[in-house]
Amino acid sequence: MELNVRQRRVDSTGIDAHDRRLLEQIQEGLPLVPRPFADIAGRLGMAEAEVIARIERLCGEGVIKRMGVVVRHRSLGYDANAMVVWDVPDTRVDALGQCFARFPFVTLCYQRPRRGARWPYNLFCMIHGKDRDAVLDKVVELTEACGVGEVRHQVLFSRRCFKQRGANYRRGCP
Amino acid sequence: MPTTNLNAFERRLLNDFQQDMPLSPTPYADMAARLGVSEAEVLEALASLREEGVISRVGPVLAINRVGASTLAAMAVPEPRLEAVARLVSAHPAVNHNYEREHRFNLWFVATAPGEAELAQVITELERATGLDALVLPMLQDYHIDLGFELQWN
Repeated sequence: MELNVRQRRVDSTGIDAHDRRLLEQIQEGLPLVPRPFADIAGRLGMAEAEVIARIERLCGEGVIKRMGVVVRHRSLGYDANAMVVWDVPDTRVDALGQCFARFPFVTLCYQRPRRGARWPYNLFCMIHGKDRDAVLDKVVELTEACGVGEVRHQVLFSRRCFKQRGANYRRGCP
Repeated sequence: MPTTNLNAFERRLLNDFQQDMPLSPTPYADMAARLGVSEAEVLEALASLREEGVISRVGPVLAINRVGASTLAAMAVPEPRLEAVARLVSAHPAVNHNYEREHRFNLWFVATAPGEAELAQVITELERATGLDALVLPMLQDYHIDLGFELQWN
């Protein structure tokens, strides 16, 4: 197994044990009650104001990318979803990643490691659309706008979804 | 659920609060005030949208690799074994996404764990359980700033 831990840009500075317990409590969703933060605070033995202040800080630090309604695209007719993978020269990967990420239909955009001849692709983006043609049109749009016509890429449409839920970082979970 | 089944209030609830949820003691009442409805209507609508699977939650989207460790991984599964292997992978509590994709690498999943050592252990367990090698593709750089997703209603 090849995990290349040292390549990864992990930054968890500034997250303490209370933050971790708080994230565990909210990662599957806030309770739908009039005072959700007071409810969470009660479970953690914290004050409501502290819960809100910690969430604000975690948002500011980028640990929480956003707080709000998390929509399931498939349920709204966005049935086509493709992961597009590109074999981009290492010198251009940051510039192209930033170019792709500016498009509203690109919902994720990551650099990942190549794995030799088995897997030569280093730039990944996720595109949601109402059907396959819509997604393929968007791939063409990206290709033209970011000047990657000559770059080898593949479009991996999703078929079945076997499992989808919020991340679970709990230590010792069953 | 076809989008035509959503009323104007539900559409605004889905569109306007993907990132701007108020962080006040009474966020749902504040959302209701902005939409001109009652707090009870917001709570009921969110509960039923969650029940119907239109939303997965009201809550945080976490930056990956900022809390714990996670990775994308893929397996090239012989077609006749795909469903059985997918079940084995989904059954692991560390796996939170698991999709079939159109490629020789046809099973794609995300595994998360409290730290790097536990994550490596998860991958080893999945490789042993399935008898297949995993292509392990951890994120190196995130270019996307998550502002939610702009929904188009027609």
